[in-house]
Amino acid sequence: MNVAVAKTGKARALSDLFASAEGRLPGSPDVIAVRREAFEAYERLGLPHRRIEEWKYTDLRALVGEVLPLAATPDAAALKRAADAVKAQAIDGARKLVLVDGVFAADLSDAASLGSEATITTLREMLGNAANPAAGDLLRTITTDAVISLNAAMATDGIVLSIAEGVELSAPVQIIHVATAASASAFTRSHVKVGSRARATIIETFVAAGQAGAYQVNDAVVLWVGNEADVAHIRLMDDAADAVNISSQFVTIGANTKLNVFSMTSGAAVSRLQGWITLAGEGSELSVNGVNLLKDAEHGDTTLVVDHAVPNCTSREIFRAVLDDRAHSVFQGRIIVRPDAQKTDGKMMTRALLLSDEAEADNKPELEIFADDVSCGHGATAGALDDSLLFYLKARGLPEKQAQALLIQAFVGEAIEQIADDGLREHVIGIAERWLERRQ
Amino acid sequence: MPAVQETVDRVKRIDVDQYRYGFETLIESDKAPKGLSEQTVKFISEKKNEPAWMLQWRLEAYRRWLTMTEPTWARVDYPKIDFQDLYYYSAPKPKKTISSLDEIDPEILKTYEKLGIPLREVAMLEGVEPKPGEDDPNRRKIAVDAVFDSVSVATTFKAELKKAGVIFMPISEAIREHPELVQKYLGSVVPTSDNYYATLNSAVFSDGSFVYVPPGVRCPMELSTYFRINERNTGQFERTLIIADKGSYVSYLEGCTAPQRDENQLHAAVVELVAHDDAEIKYSTVQNWYPGNSEGKGGIYNFVTKRGDCRGNNSKISWTQVETGSAITWKYPSCILRGDNSRGEFYSIAISNGYQQVDSGTKMIHLGKNTTSRIISKGIAAGKSQNTYRGLVTAHRKATGARNFTACDSLLIGDKCGAHTVPYIEAKNSSATFEHEATTSKISEDVLFYCIQRGLSQEEAVGLVVNGFVKDVLQQLPMEFAVEAQKLISISLEGSVG
Repeated sequence: MNVAVAKTGKARALSDLFASAEGRLPGSPDVIAVRREAFEAYERLGLPHRRIEEWKYTDLRALVGEVLPLAATPDAAALKRAADAVKAQAIDGARKLVLVDGVFAADLSDAASLGSEATITTLREMLGNAANPAAGDLLRTITTDAVISLNAAMATDGIVLSIAEGVELSAPVQIIHVATAASASAFTRSHVKVGSRARATIIETFVAAGQAGAYQVNDAVVLWVGNEADVAHIRLMDDAADAVNISSQFVTIGANTKLNVFSMTSGAAVSRLQGWITLAGEGSELSVNGVNLLKDAEHGDTTLVVDHAVPNCTSREIFRAVLDDRAHSVFQGRIIVRPDAQKTDGKMMTRALLLSDEAEADNKPELEIFADDVSCGHGATAGALDDSLLFYLKARGLPEKQAQALLIQAFVGEAIEQIADDGLREHVIGIAERWLERRQ
Repeated sequence: MPAVQETVDRVKRIDVDQYRYGFETLIESDKAPKGLSEQTVKFISEKKNEPAWMLQWRLEAYRRWLTMTEPTWARVDYPKIDFQDLYYYSAPKPKKTISSLDEIDPEILKTYEKLGIPLREVAMLEGVEPKPGEDDPNRRKIAVDAVFDSVSVATTFKAELKKAGVIFMPISEAIREHPELVQKYLGSVVPTSDNYYATLNSAVFSDGSFVYVPPGVRCPMELSTYFRINERNTGQFERTLIIADKGSYVSYLEGCTAPQRDENQLHAAVVELVAHDDAEIKYSTVQNWYPGNSEGKGGIYNFVTKRGDCRGNNSKISWTQVETGSAITWKYPSCILRGDNSRGEFYSIAISNGYQQVDSGTKMIHLGKNTTSRIISKGIAAGKSQNTYRGLVTAHRKATGARNFTACDSLLIGDKCGAHTVPYIEAKNSSATFEHEATTSKISEDVLFYCIQRGLSQEEAVGLVVNGFVKDVLQQLPMEFAVEAQKLISISLEGSVG
């Protein structure tokens, strides 16, 4: 079969890549052993393809083909370009933590201003600490697949952020991933730990600096939220139009916690956000929302598993996809209710709006339920803009495109509204508006 | 609080041991040697006096089957089937022509009696011609093609159907008498290479029904067939082919019961429906095969491929199923909506109790313009069972104006069971409108409290709620089946339904 042949060819290319990158990958000998193991797991599997159920609609072998070599450590010129991009993307008042081509850029970051509110280290530092026997665990996750294994093998850096118990962050923390190199890969992995009763807003931004394009991003975030904490996590992905962004999130939530997650995709040729959220403590409220704005031949995939492992938790998911041209959106959502997780209340709603006859929306909302005293549901719709609504607006003098924009804004608004912070919500609405303007 | 303790206890108590239809008819049968080989395929073909092309077709399917592997994607778990340890053919010894009930094998008669089929109907089932004047014109007529194990024992109402031009006969006979129709349509909806079990069926199918309704004819009666898996260790491989020519209408009923057994039995049927321009086919199933005992031992493996092809414009195919039996169900009645303005419907009640595993659903494949489909699925899981809805709705790029509505609801009774929903929704053009909703819940305490307050017992209240829960689907069944289906639901959930 040609698949096997393709794998052999690419595996060889990638082995070379790992061998050549190995000298640059941080880590004590123990950590390097974990990396090697992860890399072998990746080599066995190769890039995910449509025969693997979880990747049925996102065939990376067809869409991406091969993994690009590791990006070079950014030089002064690259950092200069990154600084401009950071300036454009920085959210007012937020403390920036910047990763350029997969390497932490201290000069562009405001790590110091966090003061005593949080401790910040880099993944590079943690992995290189031979005195820490558990350093290798930073590269291990509860769930794994080929891209996660590849991330574990190749991660060059990341942010390790820890917010102490009871601390209320005075300003949001914004992790900015900047790509400056073309035709190269960046592998990052960050760990965020929010202590009990703490309050925090974490923003993640993915952007390209200047003309950077055709690059690949493979990011992983491990988020741990303590009991009674209140956390907002917002992810804004606006990578270059020919870039690839594959991100994995691993979230564990304690008891009586509030977690509000939002993600916006408005860039990258191929993107996938895959998340595993485990409700591990009772009485927690989880809200997960997202908007995918896709045009041209963009492919945007959101795959999410919400695992109710304990009783008495609530989860709400609202997803919207707007598809223009030949865009392809994928939403795979799964709600698992474990045998003991009685009184679970889980709802998931996903809707796709097709603006073009060549667009494609694939939805796979799953329920997997092992407890009886629960209330779970999901809804999914796909369709075009309502003609009668368009007519109504046009009859009142709005031009076609503007009428469409208004309706689209209302459509994605249902998900964006879930962001609690006024300033951040406005910021996200702004991104959607600019996307709509570009369309006109 | 989980489902009322009383309910849970009673469900546990009734188990599935009390399978009402678990009995064995002792009649001599004509068996093929155990195991599967080209010889077995030839034996079956020879037994049926089949023409050479049919044997060739079977052999090709068999050779392809050898190259295939068993699918494992469904959420079902069972020991590996030894295909060499099964009998692939068994037929009751041929009987002389029957002119009165007395001539029918009393054993078979008893079987029908236990199934609750009235003697008068048995007479019809067994092909006894009613005396003139005995016929009650007010009584709705059902033509029954009784499949007793693998061979159609008798076919009734043949004359009346013939007058209308409808061909309704065992498929083995159709192969001999209407080879042009069979050759044209057999395997045109479910090709021999379709899937592991469909291919196996193509190689060794023993019998089944064949229906052809000529253009413009509205079939004068409901067509019905009873399947019984009777012989120990006999894989039952039914093959049904229904063709509704232009502007015709036919309603087909299929009901199944099987005796109690220790070893698992395999049932891999294939049903193909073809609807031409303006034609409509309504296919209803009530399935209550032996689900295994309280330890999950025994029971039927039901791996069925059912597919309808709306080949013509304005055609319609409707599937209605009530699934209460079988240890394992793996079944996805589908519609290919090829013709413009064609319509597909799927109404399903799947009840699992004991250790039953159900992985069932449908596929609606929109290819033509302005095609519509509707899916209503109700899953009820009790005991230690697992109940999965798996469905696909897809609109092709050229299927402009495609519409689908899906509602799949699950009800859980007890905390040891699981209910799962795995829908795939693929929209490939902007004018397709898809709506999907799914809910999973238990019976609301408030609703139960309300009923009990008004003087109903707990069990009656549960019964009322469950009946309401499945009402949308029951309403789709032809009247004859609706009654049987209601009975089945209460047997399946006995203890939790009043």
